[in-house]
Formats: sequence, structure tokens, C-alpha cells
Amino acid sequence: MTTPKMTMAQAINTALRDAIAEDDSVVVFGEDVAQLGGVFRVTDGLHRDFGENRVFDTPLAESGIVGMAVGMAMNGMRPVVEMQFDAFAYPAFEQIVSHVAKMGNRTRGKVRLPIVIRIPYAGGIGGVEHHCDSSEAYYAHTPGLTVVAPATNADAYGLLRAAIASPDPVIFLEPKKHYFSKEEVDVSAAVPPIGRAVVRRPGKDATLIAYGPSVPVALAAAAQAATEGRDLGVVDLRSIVPFDDETVCAEVRRTGRAVVVAEAPGFASVASEIAARVGEQCFHHLEAPVRRVTGFDVPYPPPKLEHHFLPGVDRVLDAVDTLQWEDAA
Amino acid sequence: MSAGQLKAAITPARWLDESGRLVRGTSAPDAEALLVGYRRLVFARRLNEQCGALVRQGRLAVYPSSRGQEACQVACASVLADGDWLFPTYRDTAAIAARGVDPVEVLTLLRGDWHCGYDPVRHKVAPQATPLATQLPHAVGVGHAARLKGEDTVVMALCGDGATSEGDFHEACNFAAVFRSPVVFFVQNNKYAISVPLARQSVAPSLAVKAIGYGMPGVRVDGNDLPALEKVLGEAVARARAGEGPTLVEADTYRIESHTNADDASRYRTDDEVADWLPRDPLLRVRTYLTAVGALDDEREREITAAAEAMAAAVRTGVGAESTADPEELFAHLYATPTPQLAGQRAALRAELDFEEA
Repeated sequence: MTTPKMTMAQAINTALRDAIAEDDSVVVFGEDVAQLGGVFRVTDGLHRDFGENRVFDTPLAESGIVGMAVGMAMNGMRPVVEMQFDAFAYPAFEQIVSHVAKMGNRTRGKVRLPIVIRIPYAGGIGGVEHHCDSSEAYYAHTPGLTVVAPATNADAYGLLRAAIASPDPVIFLEPKKHYFSKEEVDVSAAVPPIGRAVVRRPGKDATLIAYGPSVPVALAAAAQAATEGRDLGVVDLRSIVPFDDETVCAEVRRTGRAVVVAEAPGFASVASEIAARVGEQCFHHLEAPVRRVTGFDVPYPPPKLEHHFLPGVDRVLDAVDTLQWEDAA
Repeated sequence: MSAGQLKAAITPARWLDESGRLVRGTSAPDAEALLVGYRRLVFARRLNEQCGALVRQGRLAVYPSSRGQEACQVACASVLADGDWLFPTYRDTAAIAARGVDPVEVLTLLRGDWHCGYDPVRHKVAPQATPLATQLPHAVGVGHAARLKGEDTVVMALCGDGATSEGDFHEACNFAAVFRSPVVFFVQNNKYAISVPLARQSVAPSLAVKAIGYGMPGVRVDGNDLPALEKVLGEAVARARAGEGPTLVEADTYRIESHTNADDASRYRTDDEVADWLPRDPLLRVRTYLTAVGALDDEREREITAAAEAMAAAVRTGVGAESTADPEELFAHLYATPTPQLAGQRAALRAELDFEEA
């Protein structure tokens, strides 16, 4: 039996479909998600197949959408809401930070909010301004949120199933650049646990640490490095919160060198947090300072300039070259 | 709802006037029911006074008083059925108590032991909202979920005049109207958002008329008139329960005290203005009416006062008790399963505490 190929959009669609079918409390709503099937067609066909009570369009107001999800979760539902684009989620920021993230803590666990907030995020699609932000640091910095960023289509399916099943609120960051790339997805495979990173490629010389849209960049860099005689491993975080120190640090201790790759501006970023954690926990195993390859500290550029901003294979390999290899001789 | 059905309510609905007499053309309220309401008013007033005293004694960090608004506090709770939900703000401690929650549990927040001290699901009372208007979309969500489940739950969502300027007020009203959610938006217009007067929040002829823009009825009611409030809010609740959607109710009332004990109202309003409102006291007019119709005598008054004193004594004892705040609880409720990082931080704090105790 062959495993079917599907796009990431189809994988997410299938995860939503399976979750709605299995659990009566799962509801999907947001802007344009019903009749249109979402601007990226991620929710295509769900309204037709499950009806208005399970999949519905809302007025155009993100704070209202997330706030309504809070109330529905308080009353026994499992809302899965879509923010149309990363930067369009900001009107909901107060709801996310002050209520979604804190409700369980405020109420001593009496009110848990099993909400999933899906956010198409990051760049590389030639989008005009406000359509390509890497906003993960805002959420990762907020205690109480789980922050998941799948890199593969199989993980997009499996991690979304895990996110919907989670008793805690989850920010689910979908690398929109990969919505229409096809990969094999085995929907019968075991759902991966949230909070565990995965070694995508073992390597013995240095470890590239990435998540979401930067994982394919890291894998491409490792493939190119291999042709030049350097064996780079790649760790895919899968979830930023909880952070899997164990897997990351085990790999870095083995190789002694690490480069973190992420699209977001680097200052006060998730990449910075990873570099600090690795430095604190692996110091005596490190042969060189941990390097970060990130976006510049500028607003996401216009389409004709975005290739200058995005961390690419060359920048990753340049950073790898600075890892004090001369000391290894 | 057609445009013709929407009315711009500007003159507030009234039942008892300021001197405790029936407003011309109204029928007499049920005296026994009003006596129950009066008892709740006395409790609410006593709770406000007791909490003010506890702040002065340093037992509570702060207390936003609803003195002068007790009729609103009592009415919004008394019109709800057991399965209905109340969404209060920080100024609605007395309303939560009127709903039947132990005031000591409510005061957990202001005592500083934890954030929300009562079980919101058990009491169907949301945690008190501090960020203005942010709880209103939650009320819509609870109502919409109830509709999807085929339940006839009604949600009473409270806010003040200042909160009507917030975006979430707009989004919640609009969502509720679009989804015909069973929500009553109850605005206690007490004329001030800390120091900023109503005139700087809105130049609309009333706050109730804002309802027209959302396609829902808006009603203005005398916020110091308990029977009028119970009638107007009761009708809005019945309308919501019947599946006819949300209503916006504006209560015309006044915040007699400063925003909190930390505020100084003399910087932004005159004593004369406050003095003008004192005769409109919500307790006074009910007491006058009930006495006049023979439903309240000295003996009953003494019994009610004694019961309120017993409640106040229990609040003093409960709030004055040794704090039970547990430092390790800081890590207990963020995730159903603690992250490894939080488990590590909890262990580190435990080690610090053990060292201090050793």
C-alpha cells in the first residue's frame, strides 16, 4: 500500500476534517473559512460537509474571533480558529495574552481552554506588507501558550491533531510558503507528541537547529555541505513551547557546534533563546560560540527585496564556516 | 430586526421615583419580591462598606466600590436562572456575591492570594475582568456554544460606560447580534472611567442608542431603581432565552466613591455633584416604599441588618485569616502537564524555600 501525497494545505484540511468527524465539540471558524474554504483553501469543503454549526464565517474582527473562542471553550467546545495572516492576528493579541494564555492559571485550573489558533505565518510568498511576519516570539514569550511550528506535511497533520486534542491553548504556526508543496502523509501514523523535537538528519560535525519554514533551508544547507565534505545534522524543533532541551542539547553535545536558523528578526528572538539555552547547557561541549542566522532587524521587506532578508543556504553555510574549525585540526 | 423595531431609548425606564413613590402609570411591584431585593441591597451596601474598611486596615490591596450602584449589582444577578452565566468586572464584587458566591472567595483577587478565587464553572460566573470589555466577546462565545448545544442558557455581560469606548465592546455587540447570541449587555453608566467623564467617552444621545447600530434593542433604565432594573433586565433575559437575540441595557447610575481607595475624586468632580446623587440612593427609595406599604417594619429591618452584619463578620474573619498562598502554585496551572522548564523552575524555588526554612 502506498502512502498518498498531499499538500500541506490538504494535510491540515484532513486533520481538521478528521477532528471534526471524531469529536462533536470541535468547531472551526474565522474569516472566509466557510463558503470560500479560506484564502489558502485550507478549510475547503468543511462547511459543505459538516454544516454551519461546525464550520462558520464570522464578522471581520480578530479580537472578537479569539474572544468568542474563549467563551465557547468555557462552555465545553474545542474551537479551532483561523487568523487569516500572521500580521492580521495582532488585533487579537490582548485576547491571546490576557485571556487565552492566562485563564487556566487565573482560575487555578478550573477553566482550561482547549483552543487552537491557526496562523499562516512567515514569508517567501512575495506577499505585500503585513502578510509575512514571523510572529512566534510574541507567543513563545507568553507563559501558558503552547507554540507549535510544523515543517513537514506529515507533521502538519499529526501535530494539528495533537494540538486539537490538547487541553491547553495552542498557537499553531503554519509555514504558508509550503502550503502547496506535496509530500507523502500517512494519516494512520501515530500522532507525534507536542514538545518533542526530531533529528531530521544526523550529522557529526555541527548541528543546525530550525523550525517551521527554516527546516527545509537547514536540510538544503546540510545536503550542500555534504558535497563539500562537512557532515551537518539538522534538528527540527516542531514545537517552540514546550522546548525540547533534551534532544537539542544531545545533538549539540555530540557535534560541539551549533547554528540556529530562523526567519524572524534575530534581536530578542526565539533563535536568541535557543542560542542562550544551548550555551548554558552545553558550554563544555562547545568548540565555538553558537551562531544565529536570522532575518535582519527590519520590518518584513517588500516582495522584490525579500530574498535579501530570508536566511538562505549560503548564509547558513557561511555561519558554519565561522565555527572555529581551525581549532579542530 | 427591522429598523422600525429599533427604538432610541433616551429617557430611562422608572418604577420607583427618588422619593420612593410609584411612578405615575405603573402598577405596584410585588412587595414580597421587593423585600427579597431590599435584603440583597442591604447586603451589597454592607459588603461595599466592609471592603472599604478592610482596605483601610491593609487587609485588601484595593477595592473598587459599587456604592450607589447596588441596585444594578443586585438586579443583574437576581434575574438569572441557575444555569445562566454572569460575566462581571472588577467593580462587580457585590453582584457576584448576590449570585451566591461566598464573598471571601471573590475577594481572593483583592486580598492578593490568587487571581480568581471561586470556581467559575460551578457558579457560572466568569473571573472578574480587569482589562476593560475583553470579557464581552467571551460572553458571546458562551452564549453561542449554548445555542449550538441546544441549551437555553442566557449570559449577562457587565461593563461600565468607559468600556463602551473599547474595541471589544463593539466586536462583542456586533458578534452577538450577528449570531443572535443569548446575551444581555448591561452597561452600568456610573458617569466616570476613573477620572474621565462620560462626555469624553461618547457624544451619543445615550449609550443605549448604540444598540441600534448593531441591530439590537437598546433600553435605558434608572440604575438606582431596583424594580425597574429587574423588570428591564428580566425582559431582556426572557428575550434572549426565547432565541430572539441580545439586548443592550444602559443603567443611569452614579459612582458615589472614588474609582478605588487609591484614587482621589476631588481632583475631577465637585462635592456638589456627588451630593446631588445621594438622595437618589437605591436603598433609600426601596426602604421608603416598602415601609409605606407596610411590608417593612422595624423588626424586619433589624433582622435584615443583623443578617448583613453576620455576613460582614464572616467576610472579616475570612479575609483576615492566615494567607494560604503557596509559592509552588505559581507553576501548577499553566499547562495540564508542566513543561520540563517549569518543573525545573518549580524545583529551584522549592530548593530556595527549603534553604530559607532550614
